[in-house]
Amino acid sequence: MAAISDIKTTCYHCGDSCKTDAIVADGKSFCCNGCKTVYEIFSSSDLTCYYDLQNAPGAIPKEMEGKYDFLDNASIAEKLLEFNDGTTQIITLYIPHIHCSSCIWILENLNKLNKSIKASQVVFPKKTVRLHFNAKEISLKEVVILLGSIGYEPYISLDDYASAKKPIDRSLIYKLGIAGFAFGNVMFLSFPEYFEMNEFWLEQYKPLFRWLMFSFALPVFFYSASGYFISAFKGLRAKVLNIDVPIAVGIIVLFARSTYEIIFDHGAGFFDSLTGLVFFLLLGKYFQQKTYNFLSFERDFKSYFPIAVTRITSGRKEESVQVYDVKKGDRLLIRNQELIPVDCILIKGNALIDYSFVTGESDPIQKQSGDKVFAGGKQISGAIEVETLKSVSQSYLTQLWSNDAFSKDKELAFTTLTNTISKYFTIVILTIALVSTTYWFFVNQALAMQVFTAVLIIACPCALAMSAPFTLGNTLRIFGKLKFYLKNATVIEQLSKIDTVIFDKTGTITATTKNSIYYDGIPLTQKEEGLLKNALRASNHPLSRMLYTLLKEQDSITPDVFKEYSGKGILAKWNGDQIKIGSANYVDNKGVQSKSEEKRTSIHISINNCYKGKYIFKNNYRKGVENVFKELEKQYNLAILSGDNEGEKAYLHQKLPKKTTLLFHQKPEDKLAYIQDLQNYGHTILMVGDGLNDAGALKQSNVGIAISENVNVFSPACDAILDASKLAELPSYLNMTKKAIGIIKTSMVISFLYNIVGLYFAVTGQLAPVVAAIIMPLSSISVVVFTTVATNIMGRNLK
Amino acid sequence: MSVIYILLTISIVVAIFFFLAFIISVKKGQFDDTYTPSVRMLFDDELVQEKPDTEPLPTKNKLD
Repeated sequence: MAAISDIKTTCYHCGDSCKTDAIVADGKSFCCNGCKTVYEIFSSSDLTCYYDLQNAPGAIPKEMEGKYDFLDNASIAEKLLEFNDGTTQIITLYIPHIHCSSCIWILENLNKLNKSIKASQVVFPKKTVRLHFNAKEISLKEVVILLGSIGYEPYISLDDYASAKKPIDRSLIYKLGIAGFAFGNVMFLSFPEYFEMNEFWLEQYKPLFRWLMFSFALPVFFYSASGYFISAFKGLRAKVLNIDVPIAVGIIVLFARSTYEIIFDHGAGFFDSLTGLVFFLLLGKYFQQKTYNFLSFERDFKSYFPIAVTRITSGRKEESVQVYDVKKGDRLLIRNQELIPVDCILIKGNALIDYSFVTGESDPIQKQSGDKVFAGGKQISGAIEVETLKSVSQSYLTQLWSNDAFSKDKELAFTTLTNTISKYFTIVILTIALVSTTYWFFVNQALAMQVFTAVLIIACPCALAMSAPFTLGNTLRIFGKLKFYLKNATVIEQLSKIDTVIFDKTGTITATTKNSIYYDGIPLTQKEEGLLKNALRASNHPLSRMLYTLLKEQDSITPDVFKEYSGKGILAKWNGDQIKIGSANYVDNKGVQSKSEEKRTSIHISINNCYKGKYIFKNNYRKGVENVFKELEKQYNLAILSGDNEGEKAYLHQKLPKKTTLLFHQKPEDKLAYIQDLQNYGHTILMVGDGLNDAGALKQSNVGIAISENVNVFSPACDAILDASKLAELPSYLNMTKKAIGIIKTSMVISFLYNIVGLYFAVTGQLAPVVAAIIMPLSSISVVVFTTVATNIMGRNLK
Repeated sequence: MSVIYILLTISIVVAIFFFLAFIISVKKGQFDDTYTPSVRMLFDDELVQEKPDTEPLPTKNKLD
């Protein structure tokens, strides 16, 4: 093990750059001991293949001391296990780090690391691994810690505890399979009819062929198409003519007339068209149903909260207790980096709590014992002891979820373009059918009924109904490739109707982690900067860590005296030199007091009792934010709702378009109310946020987009998740949704043209099965081809 | 002309056989995860390769 000074080396295990203090083992360099340890675990078990499949696939293992103690609690473990007979246990764990083939390989070879794990199977799209293990030899906790020690720490939250495993709905695949199967066979059986061969033996077998077609069509009509009947029925009951009404009418008429025809030997019927129609329609549905299995759009605080906390019993013993079992007055131990699950009072310890995810405040807050601490904050400096004031469900944060906004279904409330058009379409078709039937009733009574059914059959809006699913489905996929993940296809239509865009500040337009700093004061000499860096090295305060990483590399000299005063700052001494780093009061309580209006986070420095100056931390705005606002301003009203203080107000005013509304100190329910208010004035709103504090606003808005730096970690319930690196592209994405609607309209025009041609045949009473069999698939295929090509061309310019 | 009965029966039996195979495979969950098996399939070779020599493989350093 030796330090090398090649800055460009990357870690063999995780791929991070190794900076100066790389650790070399086995001829490979590692960024930290954690990575090296994982490598050693793998190489001692012959698993180095892990590194051959993919370059640097690993993750740095995290501190897990005591974190999974709750898994020893039998009742909690029982809830998480899928199967347990005392020896064999089966559990499915969600592991966010699963991202490449190496991950699949190592996780499926876990039994090489520990013989007691009998089998493991990865489901890559869901990022889960299903483990069988012998509970007599290895406990669930040990399994989880083993996973954690190799960098595959599972994510276990309160959500896993509550939800019963939902059965997977595969009915669409069955329906599609049946329709496809019947379609192929019916086509095959109707071939002789198409060519109208009058050969003797074919004539003889006609009834057999027809009845076979009929039996193939039965499951399609009663099972595959059942969804359309149900939807049409529901629509009619709610007095809405949705697109499924004309479809259902078309299907029923097709089936009835075809059956009538073969019973009375009038002809072959339209079973080929019927099965084909249902098959194509279901295909469209299937295509639109693109789901991102590894994302969840329905998360609430439950998937953010831990499943258990450590309770301190009256006998000063620690025990793991399920979060819901925490009662008022319990003493809890919150370790470093743990989440505070309930409102409580700080009893003991140095509390520094990061509320950025809950309130939007960007700086961690220092609390003294006796202070109230709200649920949802993350403790970031050492362990603390708290006494609870409320139960989980009554805490301030969790109360937000009882708002009405969370019980509404946005998708149901939205009328899609297809359904708007289908209302007129249905009326027009019924009129045409009635008029032409009346005409034929006087001209040729025998044809009247035929014409009536023919009109309804040919007008069945198959192509029309497919325009939207294929356009939106394809757009959904294009967005997905660009890391803009939509909950479903309807969101695209909703996005195209937006007129107001509202942003959250912290974590949305500013980055959550990388803060930038600038120095204000007497310039530091090279030596002084060295002292500063060395003093900071030993401190664990988050601000010290941040400043430390942002300062230039210096030679390492360990201070002779190092003291850290919690809530104040650091004192470090070398022979002759002394440096004080910390809050304004601690560093210099007479001279340069920080002005009270200066709300920015800063670190003050004095060297040898002489005040030098301060480092000011600045919110780092995401790349391209100004441009996003400039672009959006042309078409939308803009606003920023921030839970943070007004420290950045002047800066934002200067940088952003003048019309932008800026509101600070917004509590989660204020944000929700603001949006509700705008909606009452008839605005349609897009909310862009990131944290739990935006959860209400995201839900209330017409479309809620959650910005996420890592889509695998928690994001609140929303309609879409946008990768933070793509925020700059938001205007072009919004533009694309409008173009997609244009494509749908064009393809609807195309399908109308087919309908007019078909109607000509129908009204004049010459609709032969072969004509229907040609027009139906042809119109469907041209719509599919047109929408796919058009969306791909439009999507080509997106980045 | 009864040959047409035989042919029809055969064709329908074959079609139904494949149809049942499809239904069974859906039921068993083969369509739930369409990605992982495609990757897993490629691993078998690596495992076989590794078994004969228990010594760690000569370092194939992929780092530049």
